This record gives sequence, structure tokens and C-alpha cells, in this order.
Amino acid sequence: MIFVEDKEIVIPGDILADEEYNSGRGTFKENNKVCSSLVGLVAIRDKKISVIPLQSKYIPKRGDVVIGEVTDIRFSMWNLDINSPYSGFLPASDVFGKEKRELNRTFDVGDVLFLRVVDVDEVKKVKLGLKGRGLGKFRGGILINITPTKVPRLIGKKGSMINMIKDETCCEVIVGQNGVVWVKGDPSMERVAEKVINMIEDQAHTSGLTDRVRDMLAKLLGKEPEKPEIVSEIEDSEIVSEIEESEIVSEIEESETVSETKESELEESEEPDDNEESKEDEMD
Amino acid sequence: MIIIITNTNLNTGTETSARADNRAFDELRNLKIEAGILERADGSAYLEIGGNKVLAAVYGPRELFVRRLMQPNRAVLRCKYNMAPFSVDDRKRPGPDRRSIEISKLTSEALSPAVFLEKFPRSTIDVYIEVIEAEGGTRCAGITAASVALADAGIPMRDMVVACAAGKSDGKVVLDLSEVEDKEGEADLPIAMMPRTSEITLLQMDGHLTDEEFEKALDLAIGGCKKISEEQKKAIKNRYGD
Amino acid sequence: MVINMVHIVPEIIKESVTNLIKNGERTDGRAFDEYRDISLETRVIEKAEGSARVKIGKTQIIIGAKPQIGTPFSDTPNVGVLMTNTELLPMAAPNFESGPPDENSVELSRVTDRCIREGKVIDLEKLCIVDGEKVWMVFLDLHVIDYDGNLMDAAVLGSLAALMTTKIPTARMEGDELIMDYDNMMSLPINEKSLMCTFAKIGGELLIDPSLEEEEIMGARLSVGMNQDGSICAMQKGGAQSLNREEILKAVSIAKVKTAELRTHLP
Repeated sequence: MIFVEDKEIVIPGDILADEEYNSGRGTFKENNKVCSSLVGLVAIRDKKISVIPLQSKYIPKRGDVVIGEVTDIRFSMWNLDINSPYSGFLPASDVFGKEKRELNRTFDVGDVLFLRVVDVDEVKKVKLGLKGRGLGKFRGGILINITPTKVPRLIGKKGSMINMIKDETCCEVIVGQNGVVWVKGDPSMERVAEKVINMIEDQAHTSGLTDRVRDMLAKLLGKEPEKPEIVSEIEDSEIVSEIEESEIVSEIEESETVSETKESELEESEEPDDNEESKEDEMD
Repeated sequence: MIIIITNTNLNTGTETSARADNRAFDELRNLKIEAGILERADGSAYLEIGGNKVLAAVYGPRELFVRRLMQPNRAVLRCKYNMAPFSVDDRKRPGPDRRSIEISKLTSEALSPAVFLEKFPRSTIDVYIEVIEAEGGTRCAGITAASVALADAGIPMRDMVVACAAGKSDGKVVLDLSEVEDKEGEADLPIAMMPRTSEITLLQMDGHLTDEEFEKALDLAIGGCKKISEEQKKAIKNRYGD
Repeated sequence: MVINMVHIVPEIIKESVTNLIKNGERTDGRAFDEYRDISLETRVIEKAEGSARVKIGKTQIIIGAKPQIGTPFSDTPNVGVLMTNTELLPMAAPNFESGPPDENSVELSRVTDRCIREGKVIDLEKLCIVDGEKVWMVFLDLHVIDYDGNLMDAAVLGSLAALMTTKIPTARMEGDELIMDYDNMMSLPINEKSLMCTFAKIGGELLIDPSLEEEEIMGARLSVGMNQDGSICAMQKGGAQSLNREEILKAVSIAKVKTAELRTHLP
């Protein structure tokens, strides 16, 4: 028996269902009852109940693409702040191979990089890497921070939301799974994108968001709002997606992200392809 | 944000009591809880009960720089309770005093059983409680507010810990002692618990109670906790309200 | 309040904010001489004889004023005493830690105190009850609960509001006894309303009321404390870089207008 509805807001300790149901992310089992461990939205899929958090820290997992800032330079590695309780390190060998070079001439403290999480060990030491298309140092642009769980909402179904923003503002936009977003374009367009992204973060858990984003973009850019396509209705009805047991999903196990669909999860892990069009001109 | 103001009344009393503020023996003071009131903190809450005004804020999980405190397989929960100099009738010198240090320790022990600390090895979850106006029962108010702040910060927990005190005033066992009742009363029994399972995570007592009085007081406090727990939930839900 | 682990601002942010400023804009769309939203409430703490809650942008400070009877300083036996203390609470920012006041906290206390004292906001002589023996001592406690840039202006504005609404019992001596008449409350004797206006220097420009982001990248800061008639009662330069003469004079003239504006928020 289930005691809550899909997309209902629950809090830690709320009893969600009894032994008929399985415990998914954001929940735990106690005395054969499934309980919520977080403040979030209920997601029911078949017999599995999960809770998608409304607020959470980014916990790095292998395969993620993240945006980080160099905070320290050590012998043979850089330390980076990746917007997480756990900082990451980038080995010099990843960049230089066998050559020895001065680390700070390549990346200095304060530089912002687009990286991949190569490995996370049992004590949460995070190894980062730059091998991959589109990875490297950012030049120019602005940075925006959002709650990591809202990244899928920002990206949208098949990238629909983020592409709408990119197209309307003519900006390059790269979204790290750790909740850091890089935007580059005309300075006034950068600010438009920033406003829109902040609004999406604020209202990620509500419906009708896509229409409001479209209207806001039109308003900020001084254009007539286009007639909303029917597609947006479908998008909005899936604020919280079903979180399935699948190989892809199990890699994302710990991070409790809200994802629109399985497809957009695929997209996220293939970010580098997207980024090819939007990537920086110069890469180190 | 929507603010909840409630004059909660358990309404079971068969005893009438002439308490200084005309409350029934089992009646809580006016209670108001708001979540998410600070900008920089990861989670925050503001709570008023009677004349108490308490702020709670949470940062974490975050990197712990004091290596010797670090635990390899779980987060540490560090709590700091403090009273503002202007929170009491006679100005209190700033800085921790022995009472604040004790309460900080107890707060941490009251909240820890509820938090899934194992999810965040080698990190810290910092809880800050600031009493900006005191009127009896600040340690309970602090714990209750801290739970809301922890939930607001997205920290995974088994339950939201809630705290309340009962005691004896004027010879009668009563719920939620005011400052006057605490100062002039015969016993004080603050408790904290996880409401779903009724597990008790903080228990202190000072004064004089027979074992029957103790049981009565304990049950009153447990009942009070459950009522306050409803207000905690409302505060969180209103933060994300429609 | 040890400010630990200095947050390193990404180069990208430094550049984008500075470039915007060089183009005459700020990230939040404000003009260079515009304050963020200001809110000021008084009588927020009943146990404090005077209190205020001030917000500039998201920066928030709770201020309590608690007067007590005490002995005056020996070098000024016929005036009351003002003591200012600031707590930069760890809840106010991720890099604030618990502990005794650090240099930032002490500076904030001393500059706020200086502005009020040199501006002669309180007529301290009127706070003397018995020369050399009994005076009112006003404890001003600033509790910073949320740090989002520009603590100084908020601190002084909030302190003024708290002091202006502080009530004390009339006190007099009858023989050897000190009578505190709570049936006849009086306000603190307030003569002046000095306020502070703070500028940040970024990209060669002076910006009023720096936001958190702007404070993190600014080169220098100048706070100007001013009285109602436009005379200056206190000034404090901060930051590791320099200011030139023209910038300082320009700041003073802008401060005249802006402190008058701030004054409209006072009760």
C-alpha cells in the first residue's frame, strides 16, 4: 500500500509505502516500510519509490563531466574545487604525458576547467581528467551556480530547454553535472541567460516552466513570444522522471539527480559531443 | 514564504491550572517556524516559541579542514549553540560559556542519531544555533530549529528530531515551561525525539519529581514534541509551496 | 570569527565583472551610485532596550542596544560610555568560523563606534548620573547573520536605528540610592544621525554598496561617515590597493547625497 502520491512533497521521516514497495534513492526501509530520507518530490515507478531532493550537494561519480576551479598547485597535480564536499585533483601526467613542464603556466590558480571525473575511491578522493572532446580551460564568459539536482531540468528533454536558451541568446552554454554552468556570448546576452537559468533553478519543481521560460526569454530579448508547441505539455507533465534500474542509471546511483528521461541521461554522459559545436576555440 | 502561527492546544486537560500566562497544563506557547530564511547558509530556519527567537543554520556536508576531527567512514556533525548578548535581561558577554558548551554537545548528540552520516565520509556538517531572544526552553527551540535547517539543506535523515520540555510549576506537572515557570518551578525535563519511532535522543532533568510525576511529565513532553513536529513539516512544505 | 580558507575568485568572474564595470554596468543591473534594497525594522528584540534588524541586499545584521549603569572611564568622568561589539557569526558565510573577533570583526566594531562617537550621535554627557561614579553604559552588539557584501553601511544604519529607539528609565539619585524610574521611560539623547557610505574601487571606477561578488574582487574600499550637514565624522580606507586624491574627493561628494538618502530609512 502506498501513502503518498507521485510528485508530492515529502520530508525526512515521512512513511511513503509499506512492504509491497521497493526503496529507491532518497528513501530507506525501516520495519518493512519505505520512508523518505529527504525533502523532495516522490517519484513512483512500478513498485519502486524514490524521492528526488529539492536541495543537495554534488557527490562526484565516475564518468560525470564537471566544471571546476583550480585552487592549488602541488607537485605534479592541480587541486580543484568542483562545488562539492570533496575536492578533486588533476594529475599533471594527464596533461603533459611524460614531459615535465611548469604546472602554473598551463593552469593557474583561479582558472576554470571543464573536466571528467575519472575515478572516485572509497574515501571519496576524486581523480579528474581532461582527456575527451570539449574538455579543457574556459576563457571568458560567466559562471552560474545551480543546485546539482536541477541540472537535468535545465538541460531538458533531449536538451530542449538548454538549446532554447542557447538559440535565443546566441550564447555558448556548458552545463557541468556538479551544478556549475558556463555561458559565453555578448555580455548582455550572458546576463539574459543568467536570469533565465536562475529562474529555472527557482522553479524547477513546478509545472508550466517551459512556457514561462519561453516567455521570459522573449520579454528579455524584446521579442514576441512564439506560440508554444504541443511538445511543451508533454515535457511539463514529466517534472520528475521515472528512475529505472538500468546500467546507465546504476552508474549515476549516488548522485540523486532529477532526470527527464533515460534519453537525457544518455545525453549527459555524452556531453562532449554536444560541446563540440559549442566548445571553446582554444584549448590547452 | 508563508508563515505559520499557531496557538497549539492539545485540549485533553481535565486539570485546570492557573498558569501565569493562562495556558492549560498541556498547552504549548505560540509557535512559528520558517524555513530557508538565510541566503548564504545551505539550510536555515527561524523559530519563535513564546518569547524565544532562535535562528538555526547548516553548512554541509563540506570539506573538513581540521584533520584530527575527520572520520574516514562518515561525516562529523558539529553543533554550536550560542546566545546573543542582547537575548537576555542582563546582557550576556559574547563568547561561549560553560552552559553553551554543554548545550552544543547535547544538541549534536540529539541530532546525530537521525542523520545518515555514513553517506558523507571525511566531511563535516556544521549546525549553528543562535538565540537572539530567550524566554525559557532555548535548547529545545534550538534543536527543533536545527532539524528544520538540516532538512532545508538537503541532509538525508531518518526523521526530523523535535524537542520540547515539560516540568513542574506550582506543584503541577505542566508542558512547555515559560521563563518564569522555569526559574521558579520545581522541575525541568527537556527531551528531544524522533517522532515517528518515539526514540528519545536528548533527556535531561533537574529539580524534584516523584516517579509518577516523572512519567506524567515525560508523556506530556512526548505529546508536545509530536505537536511541534507537525509545525516543522508545515514550515518545510511552505518553503516550496504552491 | 576566523575568516578561513579565503575563497579564490575564478579569473573568469573577475574578468567578466570588471569588463561590465568598464562598460558602465554592474552584474545586478544597478547604477554605480545605487544601493540595493534596504529594509530596517526596529524593536525586534523585546529583551533589548533598543534593537533593529537591517538588510541591505541579502546582508542582514541584528543589532541590540542594552544600556546598563556603570562607572565611567577615569579620564572622562562626566560622560556615558558606548561599547560596540560585532559577531561575524559562522552562519553568515561559509568561510566564517567560530572564535573570538578577528581583525575584520574588530575593524567593523571600531569603525561603527567611531562614526557614532565622532558624529556625536548620542549626547554622552546627558548619560552621566553622578560625576565620576555612575553613568549609563550603552552596549551595542552587532550580530551579523548573513553576509552578502557591505557590512559597514548596514552596521551603522542598523546601529542608528537601534539607538534611536532605545528606551531607558529616568535615573536619579536620592541621597545614596539610585532610583530607576521605570514609569518614566526616556529615549537615549540623540543629537545627530551620522551614517556611512561605502565605495568599492573596481576597474578604475567607484561603486557604492558593493555586493558580495564585487567585494571579493575589489581593489580598494572607502567608507565615508557623514553628519546631517554634510560634514565628515569618520573615514576608513580598506583593501590592499590604492586610491588617488580625486577618487577620495569624489567619494566624499557622492556620500553627501547618499547618506541623506539612507537617512530617510531611519525611524
